[in-house]
Amino acid sequence: MQASSLQLNRLAVTLRPNSAIKTESTVASWKLALRKGENTMTLPIVELGSLDELWFQVAGTRCNLTCAHCFISCSPHNDSFGFLSFNEVERRLLESIKWGVKEFYFTGGEPFLNPDLVPILERTLDFGPATVLTNGTVLKPEWLERLRAAEQGSLYSLEFRVSIDGPTPELNDPIRGPRTFERALRGVEMLVQRGFLPIITMTRVWDDTDDDAVLGQFREVLRQHGYVRARLKVLPRLQLGAEANRTCGYSAADRVTAEMLVGYNTSQLVCQHSRVVTDRGIAVCPILIDSHEAILGQTLAEANHAFAITHGACATCYQFGAICTNPSATAEGGTRYRA
Amino acid sequence: MIFAFFGGIYNNHIAFKTAIADARQRGAERIFCLGDLGAFGPHPNRTCELIRAHEIEVVQGNYDHSIGHALNDCQCGYTDPRDNHFAQLSYDYTLANTSDEHRAWLRSLPTEIRFEVDGLRILLCHGSPRRTNEFLWESATSTQFLNKLCDDFACDLILGTHTGLHWQRSWGTFPTCPDSTGTLETCPTMNRHFINVGVLGRPENDGTTNVWYTMLRTGHDAGAGRSPLPCEVEFIPLAYDHDQLVREMTVEHLPNEFIETILTGWWTTCLEILPAKERRRGRW
Ligand code: SF4
Ligand code: SF4
Repeated sequence: MQASSLQLNRLAVTLRPNSAIKTESTVASWKLALRKGENTMTLPIVELGSLDELWFQVAGTRCNLTCAHCFISCSPHNDSFGFLSFNEVERRLLESIKWGVKEFYFTGGEPFLNPDLVPILERTLDFGPATVLTNGTVLKPEWLERLRAAEQGSLYSLEFRVSIDGPTPELNDPIRGPRTFERALRGVEMLVQRGFLPIITMTRVWDDTDDDAVLGQFREVLRQHGYVRARLKVLPRLQLGAEANRTCGYSAADRVTAEMLVGYNTSQLVCQHSRVVTDRGIAVCPILIDSHEAILGQTLAEANHAFAITHGACATCYQFGAICTNPSATAEGGTRYRA
Repeated sequence: MIFAFFGGIYNNHIAFKTAIADARQRGAERIFCLGDLGAFGPHPNRTCELIRAHEIEVVQGNYDHSIGHALNDCQCGYTDPRDNHFAQLSYDYTLANTSDEHRAWLRSLPTEIRFEVDGLRILLCHGSPRRTNEFLWESATSTQFLNKLCDDFACDLILGTHTGLHWQRSWGTFPTCPDSTGTLETCPTMNRHFINVGVLGRPENDGTTNVWYTMLRTGHDAGAGRSPLPCEVEFIPLAYDHDQLVREMTVEHLPNEFIETILTGWWTTCLEILPAKERRRGRW
């Protein structure tokens, strides 16, 4: 469905302390910049409508893998963002209550490299639903058993999103590394054996028109590994970080303009309803953490202001919608098939 | 006061008729329907006629908005192409078989109804107060989010439907809550509530053929000391002549996938949007 055809959306109500003031002052400063002639056109500004999802860059940029398409170039040695401690996450969870955050997401790097991750997820399940984005290669049975018990004792779902880029090692391994297909599938088996229903997340490294064939093949492979009702999610490639070197980066033409936002439903964009906790502060979205203007402040209140979506990656979001959230989270349902 | 709330009817006029009689027998003084009159089942005009004959108050669902305005689809926003395929078949059937007069009436329905009773500010919506087609799943909706909806929309009790699964949560609010543990559900004063009233249109993916609706009692009618809350919620499992529904669906050439759900109680489509806990309870 074209989400922009939805006539039913009501304006998100923002009654938070200071939100109106902050937004106005931000917009005013953009206008000031225009008057000085610094820009020839109005900027494509997206305001934070409501903070529905709070992300945690819980493993910083540290990962056991070095995928060729990683949009923030994570690796075993990338320390540009560090781990979040249990205390830091708990402090943010408490801070989040008055914002009415609906769901919490955990990403990295590889979240399970953070030694606090299991207690962090257990604690999060006191506050709301949690989703962890993992490459599936470092999972340990004792962690999964604890997490399964935590989920059963909670009102909320604990979702696992396991990244595997295609139904065969031939498709996946050149991108994610030798034997990663086999190791990630072993992770999926461990999850399924404990009753989890992981969402297999793939970056579309094949042609769009092959979607049906690739997904069908993937369902069959997963079935052979004991996962009979596989949940699948396809992500578009983000031409940032390592992926910019693998294929190509964004060109100057890949830009969202202010005119393109006229009549466009910005609630499809992650930055309209999310923020990210990192060890350097609160970032606008999980995609742009590497660019310096993405860090908006040190508190959720400071990060409650508009952002100009002038990056190349913003053009991908514009085209594909809320690419980061779970299908259950939005009516538009994550990646739209008919963009 | 005693209320009955019906969720999506999805053209299941047989369950609907049974539910009206059942709710009246249980003493319902006012009956509401929270929208989505059309979808999987047969003969959409019959549902509209029943609603209007029994003076049931209706909130407009996304389906009603779409049918009323003859849009291209139901605005559920499924992501799986198979889900969209089946959703489209029932949508096209419902659109083709709803009279112009009923479509005009569907267009005129309000997107929310508010009233105050026994000290409770009540808001009725379809999906959520902020968006008609927002899915509020029990396991994917934090209490703090519900609490903020009550703040933003100045109410104590929100009732919705849209997901097809009934559930209920009560919690306390600021300034006494939350305590240091951060949870709002363990508050001494549980003064806020969310209820998903379920749907009459199809079973709840639990392997039984019955459908669900909700009775709400407030003030003197609430619980005679049984409930610590200012209102009492009762979810009613409703048996109806589902074989008759299946016969009508077969004659109308509606998809076998939907007929199977009516007969088995297991959902066969639109599973992609379920969060883990809800998905695990089902069969597929
Ligand atoms: S894409 Fe994921 S698994 Fe691969 S290097 Fe980046 S963070 Fe690690
Ligand atoms: S990358 Fe996407 S989510 Fe991030 S600021 Fe740009 S449009 Fe928003």
